[in-house]
Amino acid sequence: MDYQTFEHDVLVIGAGGAGLRAAVEASAAGASVGLVCKSLLGKAHTVMAEGGMAAALGNVDDRDNWETHFADTMRGGQYLNNWRMAELHAREAPDRVRELEAWGAVFDRTRDGRILQRNFGGHKYPRLAHVGDRTGLEMIRTLQDHGVHQGIDVHMECTVVELLKDGERVVGAFGYDRERGRFRVFRANAVVLASGGIGRAFKVTSNSWEYTGDGQSLAYRAGAELIDMEFVQFHPTGMVWPPSVRGILVTEGVRGEGGVLRNSEGRRFLFDDIPELYRHQTADSEEEGWIYTQGDKNARRPPELLTRDHVARCIVREIKEGRGSPHGGVFLDIAWIKSKLPNGAEHIRKKLPSMYHQFKQLAGIDITETPMEVGPTTHYVMGGVRVDADSQMSTVPGLFAAGEVAGGLNGANRLGGNSLSDLLVFGKRAGEYAAAFAREQPAAAIDEGQVEAAARTALEPLDRQGSGEAPYQVQYELQDLMQNQVGIVRNDGELRGALEALQRLQERVKRVEAQGNREYNAGWHTALDLRNLMTVAEAVTRSAIERKESRGAHFREDHLGKDEEWGRTTLVIKQGDDGAMELRRETIPPPREDLQRIIDESQKT
Amino acid sequence: MASATFRIWRGDAEGGEYQDYATEVTEGMVVLDAVHQVQAESANDLAVRWNCKAGKCGSCSAEVNGNPKLMCMTRLGSLNLDEPVTIEPMKAFPVVRDLVTDVSWNYEVKKRIQPFKPRPPDAEDGTWRMQQSDAERVQEFRKCIECFLCQDVCHVLRDHRLHHEFIGPRFFVYSAALEMNPLDTADRTSELANDFGVGYCNITKCCTKVCPEEITITDNAIIPLKERVVDKLYDPLSRLLRVFRS
Repeated sequence: MDYQTFEHDVLVIGAGGAGLRAAVEASAAGASVGLVCKSLLGKAHTVMAEGGMAAALGNVDDRDNWETHFADTMRGGQYLNNWRMAELHAREAPDRVRELEAWGAVFDRTRDGRILQRNFGGHKYPRLAHVGDRTGLEMIRTLQDHGVHQGIDVHMECTVVELLKDGERVVGAFGYDRERGRFRVFRANAVVLASGGIGRAFKVTSNSWEYTGDGQSLAYRAGAELIDMEFVQFHPTGMVWPPSVRGILVTEGVRGEGGVLRNSEGRRFLFDDIPELYRHQTADSEEEGWIYTQGDKNARRPPELLTRDHVARCIVREIKEGRGSPHGGVFLDIAWIKSKLPNGAEHIRKKLPSMYHQFKQLAGIDITETPMEVGPTTHYVMGGVRVDADSQMSTVPGLFAAGEVAGGLNGANRLGGNSLSDLLVFGKRAGEYAAAFAREQPAAAIDEGQVEAAARTALEPLDRQGSGEAPYQVQYELQDLMQNQVGIVRNDGELRGALEALQRLQERVKRVEAQGNREYNAGWHTALDLRNLMTVAEAVTRSAIERKESRGAHFREDHLGKDEEWGRTTLVIKQGDDGAMELRRETIPPPREDLQRIIDESQKT
Repeated sequence: MASATFRIWRGDAEGGEYQDYATEVTEGMVVLDAVHQVQAESANDLAVRWNCKAGKCGSCSAEVNGNPKLMCMTRLGSLNLDEPVTIEPMKAFPVVRDLVTDVSWNYEVKKRIQPFKPRPPDAEDGTWRMQQSDAERVQEFRKCIECFLCQDVCHVLRDHRLHHEFIGPRFFVYSAALEMNPLDTADRTSELANDFGVGYCNITKCCTKVCPEEITITDNAIIPLKERVVDKLYDPLSRLLRVFRS
């Protein structure tokens, strides 16, 4: 078998926010670092993040502190979060944001020249450091530009298809370069997964083609555990029209700036259903909600800024009950603030420039004049690779995970803005601990047999040319299935039906073929990605069948309401010795005493 | 439903040719949708680079009917579909395959530009103070999504192939973002004049016209950089002052 070998102390898979931050940190610690990404550098899905990164800097409201951020995150996650991760995240996010500024990020400013922060769903105080509505781009560009001067070896447009092990340890990875299809072997004493999410398993998604659950599946096949896979976040506001842009994200920042959701009757339907957990924090009147978005510290949040799981379900209800918009969504109106602000239209263009642009160009709509039509879109997976909170190491030695691919921080639902800060906080930790781990290990050996096997598997779709099925149709059917039966509203019958359908699809995946040769061949790449999509689809479905309650993003119409026992339980997935997927329940250890006190205090208000 | 013809360049570094593909078009479709449809229906191995499909990552740059465009932001409704729509790769970079070009030169150029070097923090907690108006001047440049369409359309690169002595509009924008950052202390004028070829730009503003982020590249980035170069390196008075100072 013909392949090229690269050696690094630390190999990072994925070059979004978490991967870049991990690479920067490992490199600063003296490790030689290889960074592999499926796209060009700087194009990863982090560029799509719009609203901002949550950090209790207290620049806009000095009542904010890490304890409040911690409590908000736990409440948003319905207390299934790994509390140690939630603690580290809240404590360290401010330093990570300030560090970004030292590396060249240019955030929006307060009047006294500090980093400005904005309101977002589920955050008690204005907390999101931001750059208009293109914060993700600012973050990725800052890390990328900082990183290129550190001597990190970047392997662009390269896909990893298997992790390599030496006994129990992960010691590298096998992949191919997309341009020519040549195989590459990476030998490394530590591997950091930072490959993002699984959105492409669903039909309507805000995620790019890269989000095929690679990291989750690589880890799973290498023997690592996955947790919380039933919790998939459907962002309440994606574009619904025209059809070709269905699912593209409309930032929560629109609501943070005063945008409101209305049904076809013009009613602000979110006032009709406010969850108990948030009743004390939510505005009584439209006016109170408005003045909150304009910075009144005594006002409470408008219901549009309730958590994403809740808002998404309310939108689905309105549509189902016939009060939706013409193209099957509801109305998101920011134009109305012109009645409150003298320079309303200009204000909107300034605060939400890329939303203005996006609707103008893709839908022919001027959002300063016309309400947008929006509906839920698959956005994020809360579950992922189980990691140690401090080191981010998975249950397999030498394998680390950070960012969306890791599970734990977000519990049953993620708050907007907590993702970008997650990438920074845990990207840094993963890089730091991976570098330290790599230093302590004896040099690893690559097993030729594993390389040969991975290469054979990778070439199968090309070998089947002329005798199999094209991968695209199988992928479409998988996406339809997950969208319709494992989506926002779930029940036992549909979920079990989905599991059976997945098994039938699995047979077809084994027969997909790719036409042409190995050079930049999208058909071949899609065929290889399918395997990962199938793994995560099965993990989500099995976990969703098992959790017989409704909590956060997981909503069961046959098991309404929360269950106390399930509130202490996490679902763990692992590959069994026979190769089949195994699922087990585990009790979550209660929070440390001081953290429990913070939670208890927060529930009084 | 209507059908339209897409004349797509297929080939590699050795050469290639245009091939016609007919596919159904529906309301609201963009060029990238049509390319994907063709890929799924009749050309599984058609090479196209893309990512976010929302104009935010700058991956799907190509030339549509001869105009440098992001395919994901070009609606079919804006094109004449009675004629075949021509889609071909960018011309300023070597072709890899079909619509994909080798843009690695851009990544090498960036490494040569002095990195951000902030002044010491303004406050004891290690933070800086900056006015929103100062931030905005730089933020315009930092909107850049690195689609490299400005590089593609610049005649210094596209026609004269001066890649070795001219960094192109994208990296003047990048340099301007650093030079005009109120916190930055590095000085890049000498490289801009001597190694990066800012003098080659003759202000035809083609780059500004194609920028999907609507960055005023020529007026706000390149011309001020040219002025800096003149002020610092060629102004007789400051030259004299420099002699005295040294």
